[in-house]
Amino acid sequence: MALPIASTLPSRPSRAATPRATRDPAWARWLLTGVALVFLAFFLVLPLAAVFVQALEKGLGYFLASISEPAALSAIRLTLLTVAIVVPANVVFGVAAAWAIAKFRFPGKSLLTTLIDLPFAVSPVIAGLVYVLVFGAQGWFGPWFIAHNLRVIFAVPGIVLATAFVTFPFVARELIPLMQAQGTDEECSAVTLGANGWQTFWRVTLPNIRWGLFYGVILCNARAMGEFGAVSVVSGHIRGETNTMPLHVEILYNEYNIVGAFAVASLLAVLALATLIVKSVVEWRQAGVP
Amino acid sequence: MSIDAHGIQKKFGAFTALDGVDLHVPQGKLVAVLGPSGSGKTTLLRIIAGLEFPDPGSGRILFHGDDVTDVPAGKRRVGFVFQHYALFRHMSVIENVAFGLRVRRRRDRPPSATISERAHRLLELVQLDGLAGRFPSQLSGGQRQRVALARALAVEPKVLLLDEPFGALDARVRKELRRWLRRFHDDIQLTTIFVTHDQEEALEIADEVVIMNQGRVEQVGTPQQVYDKPASPFVYQFLGNVNVLRAPALAVALRRDGGVAEAAKDGQIYVRPHDIELTPHDAGGPGLSAIVRHLHAAGPHARLLLEQVQTREQVEVEISRSELSDLNLRVNDLVRMRLRQAHSFDEDYAI
Repeated sequence: MALPIASTLPSRPSRAATPRATRDPAWARWLLTGVALVFLAFFLVLPLAAVFVQALEKGLGYFLASISEPAALSAIRLTLLTVAIVVPANVVFGVAAAWAIAKFRFPGKSLLTTLIDLPFAVSPVIAGLVYVLVFGAQGWFGPWFIAHNLRVIFAVPGIVLATAFVTFPFVARELIPLMQAQGTDEECSAVTLGANGWQTFWRVTLPNIRWGLFYGVILCNARAMGEFGAVSVVSGHIRGETNTMPLHVEILYNEYNIVGAFAVASLLAVLALATLIVKSVVEWRQAGVP
Repeated sequence: MSIDAHGIQKKFGAFTALDGVDLHVPQGKLVAVLGPSGSGKTTLLRIIAGLEFPDPGSGRILFHGDDVTDVPAGKRRVGFVFQHYALFRHMSVIENVAFGLRVRRRRDRPPSATISERAHRLLELVQLDGLAGRFPSQLSGGQRQRVALARALAVEPKVLLLDEPFGALDARVRKELRRWLRRFHDDIQLTTIFVTHDQEEALEIADEVVIMNQGRVEQVGTPQQVYDKPASPFVYQFLGNVNVLRAPALAVALRRDGGVAEAAKDGQIYVRPHDIELTPHDAGGPGLSAIVRHLHAAGPHARLLLEQVQTREQVEVEISRSELSDLNLRVNDLVRMRLRQAHSFDEDYAI
């Protein structure tokens, strides 16, 4: 796990006098820091602030009404449901894939590693279209599903599938380098001490990766809540039924309900901020772990 | 418990790690498997432990005469200590030691109080009882090594396998710890194999040394046997410094007693630096003329680099410091050298 680099490079006044090879002149430091801060202010802080300002433009009452109308509540429910299915599924898949890739030699290993990265490389819209192609009414398996009265596309299963596809690299990507760095010695010694595979995993492997896993879960969760492109293709935008929060925001915006759109968007922003705070706490905890 | 390996073959892809290895370790002995890196010694150890398996149909591992080739590692009752200790980093020292007992099936598992009592006793045995609550990252290398040993002993193994046990320690701790291991072994009398690339370590503490090279066993014997009667040029070169001299015609002149050196088909003579005697050049007598090229007198012995006048071969010589001061040598002086003891191997030697 990467430690926060910034905290390991404090500019301590006591050392300021000693010239060091890596120390730049004062104007360069101020300029670079300034550029970074201005950039952050314009492209991140300002828009974020705008979300909250817009959301509260018509007062707190309107804000609360916007997020508690049935369509908004349904979107929130659907998003939380999707997250509740996708994140655990990706944890299981991610841990299994990372375990296999980091700890074993098998044919096709590099292919699997590449495939895990595929969702990062492919545009989310294409990910959505793939599911339409496979499960849609004109798709390969669509007629079979329709014949059995199961709806995948333009329904909750499609949304869950598309979200899972887009978010599945997060946990595995987080764990593979960590597990590779830790090697297999601890597992081997657990085995020679008589532990079975299950005990080795729960008592040795999992405790060693717990912070990396948690970090991966947080990132996966953030992306699952915010996913727009893939979900947009498979959802069908049925208000109150197949709209997730990001889709609901878009609909409200297109209906010129700017304040309503920003009110729901601000909820997403709060969820994202909460995620970032949890992530920072995790990183901070992790840095303190012996 | 004795350990036997018969005809072990192991390939990793195109690389042959072990090429028909036979090994016999008698009950209660401390045996060193010695070889350069890549010689297959760690692979052999892992196969004995059950962490790797020999190529299908190639060989068998026997513990006390019982075939354990297909027995999984956890059921072989081996204590394995890894080169980098492989302590469980998220567990305290005492929990590391107790692990092997805690993962037992319920009906074989001693009560919790017994487990922690036994773990404490083992920590006492390795002289670390005060550090039970620490985490591995808070220990020194030597301490980690001993925790790893205590953890391996907790499951009451029938054999102890150590992979480069002192490899990651600094020179002084290494020396202390290997003597401690020897005494420890004498106390517990457990059949032990340790792998090392350090010939000094192997010769100092092992009852028997197995020398490996390129996936094969080159020689097996007591430290004195392998040092005094090396079976191959490889063993000779691996167990200490050696000069390889060409030109067997010179052998006559080199012998101290003037007799004929063993004729070698490959025309090479092996001689250790401390088996060369130097005399003043103008004293005459048998021997070869050489020029002193370099003098290194720090340490218990003086080391000289000579250049043989006729063949221009470089020869390393080790003499005591008092001999050096008697000879009163300086760089570029001429000196006579004679061999006390030399070896030669037939070119078509068999392993």
